[in-house]
Amino acid sequence: MNDVLIIGAGPAGLAAAINCARYGLATTVVDEFIQPGGRLLGQLHQEPSGDWWNGIEETKKLVDETKKWPITLRCGVSVYDIEKHAAGHWTVFTNEGRMEATYLLIATGAAEYTIPIPGWTLPGVMSIGAAQVMTNVHRVEVGKKGIIIGANILAFAILNELQLAGIAIDRVVLPMKSPISKKESNPLDVITTITKAGHLAPSPLLRAGSKLMKINRFKEIAMQYYPNNGLKMNGTALQLRRAAIEIVGDGQVEAVKLAKIDASGNIIAHTEEIVEVDFVCVAGGLYPLAELAAVAGCPFVYLPELGGHVPIHAKSMETPLERLYVAGNITGIESGKIAMAQGKVAGLAIASKQTSSVKKELHEAIAHVEELRKTSTIQFMDHIHIGREQMDGIWHRERTS
Amino acid sequence: MGRIMNHPVLRPLSQRKKIYFSFNHTKIEAYENETIAAALLASDIRVLRYHEENGAPRGFFCNIGHCMECRVTVNGCANQRACITPVTDNMDVQSGQQLPNPIRKLVKAYE
Repeated sequence: MNDVLIIGAGPAGLAAAINCARYGLATTVVDEFIQPGGRLLGQLHQEPSGDWWNGIEETKKLVDETKKWPITLRCGVSVYDIEKHAAGHWTVFTNEGRMEATYLLIATGAAEYTIPIPGWTLPGVMSIGAAQVMTNVHRVEVGKKGIIIGANILAFAILNELQLAGIAIDRVVLPMKSPISKKESNPLDVITTITKAGHLAPSPLLRAGSKLMKINRFKEIAMQYYPNNGLKMNGTALQLRRAAIEIVGDGQVEAVKLAKIDASGNIIAHTEEIVEVDFVCVAGGLYPLAELAAVAGCPFVYLPELGGHVPIHAKSMETPLERLYVAGNITGIESGKIAMAQGKVAGLAIASKQTSSVKKELHEAIAHVEELRKTSTIQFMDHIHIGREQMDGIWHRERTS
Repeated sequence: MGRIMNHPVLRPLSQRKKIYFSFNHTKIEAYENETIAAALLASDIRVLRYHEENGAPRGFFCNIGHCMECRVTVNGCANQRACITPVTDNMDVQSGQQLPNPIRKLVKAYE
């Protein structure tokens, strides 16, 4: 039997494995993808310092480190059920059979929200993350010319990566207004999130104006005067006053039907145009991929500040269920660096149950997560700090009740 | 679609072993350790499956095993996700097919 079983070989899972194994725990990591790294694999951006954050190289460093310790890393393993054994250990059911462990860490990361619009099931329509993986990991072109639907931090980060690889993105437009698209279809809300993106803001104009943009009146003026054909980001037009109303094609994507919208996202009649493309990326953002924690019986709370329904957990990454831990984006949508730091916390928290001298290192690791969060250059959730505080409060109430 | 051989930041694609598999009885070239979905896209094939109920064509969507849109039959085993299943030499891959729906026929006859 394993001391520790970790589900998910992304930045959180790998960092946790290293920190469990350092303290002598027999550790297995499983992941259903063909190689370890999770969403870290696709990441590629330039830091304010000018250095590149290269997810493939960062993954390699983590995997090389796991090789120094007695860690079993198994890819192509899908987990579909989890049970707590009467004796206290965990039984995990996978496509490769049953696995058992004293401690279980669920580090399954995030999945993508999508924004359904007519024609979105046509082959050639994909999530923006799918295009990222196809480009940076598999190194296959997703198409000759495409459109991104949805203007948010995830979309801009990946747009940059697609441009780097020479993939032509004609323009970024908003999804049409619908009960599902909500804020994503409202130019005023979109400009608010864009201006918060700091260095990722698509033009110097928006970067400089981001302080002014915190005032609603300025946002309204900005949208009134927003250029009809959009601002250019390295050759791709950001069209906040256009919405995709349908994706069309016979058997696969051939074009997107767009319409002009007003500053609130309402379609302006008789303004439809057809843009020929062979692929479409839908960028709806990320949510914590938390089903397995629910299957294990962990209590949840809905915190939109963290990205959706998240398992209740402490800063030490333990959950109300004994010997069940969580780390990474399952706890809230943040960067890969923070996932890695949280994984270290989870690993040390598990190790501290056996080796009490680990406690000091654990407290330092928890402080490091908070420090990273303060200085992070990419922030996917506007109110992540509030969400983390709320979760901490919920955890303490849970403990004392 | 082409393969991204050279990239301004990422390393050049390493030499990989070329293999062949069949998709709906057509021979497809692929590289070892790549997914079925990536190999098919590199051969300009986007349609991986036909919806079980209405027969509409579907391709990969999330590309990391979450959405279940890309299910294909691999060596006779149905509902394998093309986006997370590596191709192997001589593998037989068939697109997921529309299934008969006798209940719908009955409902239509009743209407």
